Amino acid sequence: MNLSKFLVTTTALTLSAGIASSQDMTIVSWGGAYSKSQLKAYHEPYSEKTGVNIINDDSSAEAVAKLRAMNEANNVTWDVVDVVAADAMRLCDEGLALEIDHDTQLAPAPDGTSASEDFGELIVSDCFIPQIVYSTTFGYRTDLVGDTAPTSVCAVFDLENYPGKRSLEKRPINNMEWALLCDGVAKDEVYNVLETSEGQDRALAKLDTIKDSVVWWSAGADTPQLLADGEVIMGSTYNGRLFSVIEEQKQPVAMLWDAQVFDLDGWIIPAGLSAERQKRALDYIYFATDTQRLADQAKYISYGPARASSAPLVGKHADLGIDMAPHMPTDPNNAKNTFLYNYEFWADYRDDIDAKFQAWLAQ
Amino acid sequence: MLDYSEKYSMEVADGTPLKKSLARSLRKEKLRALALIAPLLIFVLVTFVLPIGTMLTRSIDNSIVEEILPRTVLALEDWNEKGDELPNEMVFRSFVEDFQDAIADKNHTKIGSRLNYEVSGMSSLFRKSARKVKKWDLTDNAPIKQKLIEVNKAWGDVETWAVIKTHSVALTNGYFLNAVDMQRTPFGAQAQPENKQVLVKLFIRTLKMSLIITGMCILLGYPVAWLLANLSNRTSNLLLILVLLPFWTSLLVRTSAWKVMLQNQGVINDLLVWIGLITEGSRLEIINNQFGTIVAMTHILLPFMILPMYSVMKTIPPSYLRAAKSLGATNWTAFWRVYFPQSVPGIGAGSILVFILAIGYYITPEIVGGTDGIFISNRIAYHISSSLNWGLASALGAILLGVVLLLYWVYDKIVGIDNVKLG
Amino acid sequence: MMLVNSTPESLLTKSVPIVVAGAIFGTVYGQVNGLVILGFSAGAFVSLLLTLFYAGVLKQKFLSHVINIALFGTFGLLSSSLHSAIFYVILSIAFVWFIFWVTEAKYRANLLPYLSSSQVAWHYLFRLICGAIFLFLITPILVVLPLSFNAQDFFTFTPEMLRFEPEGYSLKHYRDFLGLRVDSNGEWLRAFQNSLIIAPLATLISVTFGTLAAIGLSQSHVPMRRAIMAILISPMIVPLIISATGMFFFYSDMGNFLEETVGINKNAVGYIKVVLAHAVLGIPFVIITVTATLVGFDRSLTRASANLGANSITTFFRVQMPLILPGVISGGLFAFITSFDEVVVVMFIGSAGQKTLPWQMFLGLREQISPTILAVATILVVLSIALLSTVELLRRRSERLRGMSPS
Repeated sequence: MNLSKFLVTTTALTLSAGIASSQDMTIVSWGGAYSKSQLKAYHEPYSEKTGVNIINDDSSAEAVAKLRAMNEANNVTWDVVDVVAADAMRLCDEGLALEIDHDTQLAPAPDGTSASEDFGELIVSDCFIPQIVYSTTFGYRTDLVGDTAPTSVCAVFDLENYPGKRSLEKRPINNMEWALLCDGVAKDEVYNVLETSEGQDRALAKLDTIKDSVVWWSAGADTPQLLADGEVIMGSTYNGRLFSVIEEQKQPVAMLWDAQVFDLDGWIIPAGLSAERQKRALDYIYFATDTQRLADQAKYISYGPARASSAPLVGKHADLGIDMAPHMPTDPNNAKNTFLYNYEFWADYRDDIDAKFQAWLAQ
Repeated sequence: MLDYSEKYSMEVADGTPLKKSLARSLRKEKLRALALIAPLLIFVLVTFVLPIGTMLTRSIDNSIVEEILPRTVLALEDWNEKGDELPNEMVFRSFVEDFQDAIADKNHTKIGSRLNYEVSGMSSLFRKSARKVKKWDLTDNAPIKQKLIEVNKAWGDVETWAVIKTHSVALTNGYFLNAVDMQRTPFGAQAQPENKQVLVKLFIRTLKMSLIITGMCILLGYPVAWLLANLSNRTSNLLLILVLLPFWTSLLVRTSAWKVMLQNQGVINDLLVWIGLITEGSRLEIINNQFGTIVAMTHILLPFMILPMYSVMKTIPPSYLRAAKSLGATNWTAFWRVYFPQSVPGIGAGSILVFILAIGYYITPEIVGGTDGIFISNRIAYHISSSLNWGLASALGAILLGVVLLLYWVYDKIVGIDNVKLG
Repeated sequence: MMLVNSTPESLLTKSVPIVVAGAIFGTVYGQVNGLVILGFSAGAFVSLLLTLFYAGVLKQKFLSHVINIALFGTFGLLSSSLHSAIFYVILSIAFVWFIFWVTEAKYRANLLPYLSSSQVAWHYLFRLICGAIFLFLITPILVVLPLSFNAQDFFTFTPEMLRFEPEGYSLKHYRDFLGLRVDSNGEWLRAFQNSLIIAPLATLISVTFGTLAAIGLSQSHVPMRRAIMAILISPMIVPLIISATGMFFFYSDMGNFLEETVGINKNAVGYIKVVLAHAVLGIPFVIITVTATLVGFDRSLTRASANLGANSITTFFRVQMPLILPGVISGGLFAFITSFDEVVVVMFIGSAGQKTLPWQMFLGLREQISPTILAVATILVVLSIALLSTVELLRRRSERLRGMSPS
């Protein structure tokens, strides 16, 4: 009697645990304000609709390494992972992410346009499901840059008119492009030049002219802090961070949209999930990347939705009540002169140029 | 002649010879000691030493090329990678066969990424070529070589094939060579181009900075430890709280605090300007360089120096110093010849702790180090979490570990590891 | 005293240090207001005058304090504002104390009478140096405390804060930590709770196994002692990022086994993994501290206990344990802090359910600068003061147990 009772109880417990875990879905993202925007725009409506319990894991910064380790250990515990496009590409190359058929597995636009057409060239890898367009661009202290506010990215390299510190990211990506651009290289020639050893030296030589005035950052939150302290007069960071400094924190900072570099952030589904989990992950993705959902996210954070069809639906900020469209990096007024991160190029040259960049930094 | 010990053998109460009984009790004691140690030893061995050891084998493991391109590796054996002639049709055919298999298994980009660590461009070469090669029909025995070169002219470069052959060995020294700024080439180990040499420099810097930090900790820690050891217990325990408080505050918080203190518009500069020691225009550059790193890390590691020093000094009787003085020694001689030698184990213990901990740090240098305050661990972290070049990361880690073990051994020889005390 | 003062110094000679201090203060004050020379001479003159008056004429401490506080306080009130007056009152107390300390040769009171004056000077110089080092140790923490009350979301002393205006301060970061703010979702408290689950368990494991092993290691005949010691200390010397990746493989295998074969629920497995990983990291500290305590352990005590008929378990708990307790506690504290402050390994091995406080802090620093981490730090400082006091009380108790007189 006792034994059977025990058995029944344990079975029930195991079963309920099984059911609970099959209703759970772990979604990995960056944390902070960004995760909050996803929670509001995607997770909450999805849970409401399906009853699936979504667990947030703020591990995107370690996602590439962890996914690889999980894959090798045959223990993938994540269902959907938010990564930048370059990481998605790396994961796809390593066979760690699931290849997606964008047209059949994603929702079409409301007018029937296929998903691959709606996302357009933003589908940079077979495994990558674009979510937002963000940009790495410059903000400057309006009270510290003198009488003429900078209008061009080359102000960063102009110590004469804009003396003072500036902050740049501690990696070659973007900085090398800006350096070449301000060294007189035409925009569509930049990557051809950067492919050569001389071109790389040329970019580093240009950066060398401001090396003593640069504060190098490695976390996205650094430049906003440096600007707020007046430690730097201008600095690069993600446009959403600058939006928060300017509109939410009311600091004397303004945006410099010139030569902003578009980058993409989006989802991947890890390779090696069970069929059932994969199906659920795909169901979530189908929901979370449709036109309306992508437009909803822009209510909470100033990143542009990756679908062309979402742009007209972008409304007002949920708390501040200001129109979000003019703060999107994709807004025509802001996107007069832009770059799209060259994923193929950096997948090939990242390690090589990074070694050179680090050697240059260490000099 | 009878053996003395046999003749006069002593016996214990139950009649066994004393020698035997002693040996038995010694064995018993040994077993008991081992039984006490065993659970922990097994725990550490299984959950730590073994996994780390496996991780470090990645620094020589290179079976991936042979696994994904088996026929190519075999066919390339007869080809001279030092000449300037392309491999023959057979090699190309084997390669395309391997490549098609790899595409079917979705392995082709893996090998591209692996070879891209050695030569830039391999990654996209494999990725792009796959789209075309995938559809080829190999049954008609038509020549493949020209067809592949037409897909991408890089296949017509001797260098491409030389790279594949050079890195086709299952166990490679390539990662270790990379870790010391060299590379594996068809012509043996060669130095990396000068503008890519950074790792040796970082190793040296890491060692140098860790030494400076250790030195600073000794300088600052010694007087404090002396004071603590020579005050009454009540006062010294009160002061000990001042030492321990920073120790209990999160590393991240302390590093941020130093940023607030040291930066250009920070507390120290503001204070100096307010006092008037420096002018508004000449604020000191004390962060984002080696100075900032040294200050912040000295602060973070100082308790690790003070505590062992303190516990050793606590055991030195103050009467020795008085005796020396009463025998006519000056203050300095008494300290230097009598007190100091006895406090050396404390310095040793603190130094080894601080040095070992300093050498492996990377979060603090990352935050306050700027350009010239980066340590080798920052690169290890980069290769683990960004570039996925785990082979190189393991090689760097193995070298670092080797250095630490060497120091540990030297330390054990000179001071003895038993003398490490933490308070 | 008589010996020392055989050549009585005049009050004028004695007042030199006070005049110097006054001159320095005057210079600093003058510098701020752009009148260096005036400040310097006024500072020197005023302090000389006051010294001669209080120590030479009045010779009465209490009265001097009263007069001086009135004097300085009025000056502060007139020159700027109320908080400046408070500052001057504090300054006054220090100033008058210093006058009598110097002129009455109080500074020799606690020292051996035969010390030469250079030795006395060295004594105080040494203390000054040590004070500076303590200041170095504690300042970053003192800086953090006020910043945690910042009304802004940055690590910056705003002008409002420096002017001590109430609107520059707020408790919002504490509210965020406690999950009382509209936009906070209790993440901080959850992380804190996780840390409070993981760190004590990890400590318990490392202390239990560590103490046993240390006792084993301290026996006289242990084969391969050095090698064993090296293995046990190894978690301290492997760079953390390598440990993290290496351990990941082991723990995911183990996690699979526990979940699928043993059938433990996923969340519990997550905790087990992190706890074990942190326990390994804490072990070296326990081993080192406990071995050090055992070096001075009197072995005859255990023999005596055995002689009196106690078995080895009783001996361990009733005789050995109370005596090595300080070492065990201090090792345990090191192990606790190792787990409580660890961010690299937990990010690899843990999953969302096991997010600890340092992990959350790391996110706070990377994803959004938020002084909430400073609020946490402040709370932790307060907690650790409480903890350290407890340890100190325990230590005194153990000393009493060992029959040492509490010194």
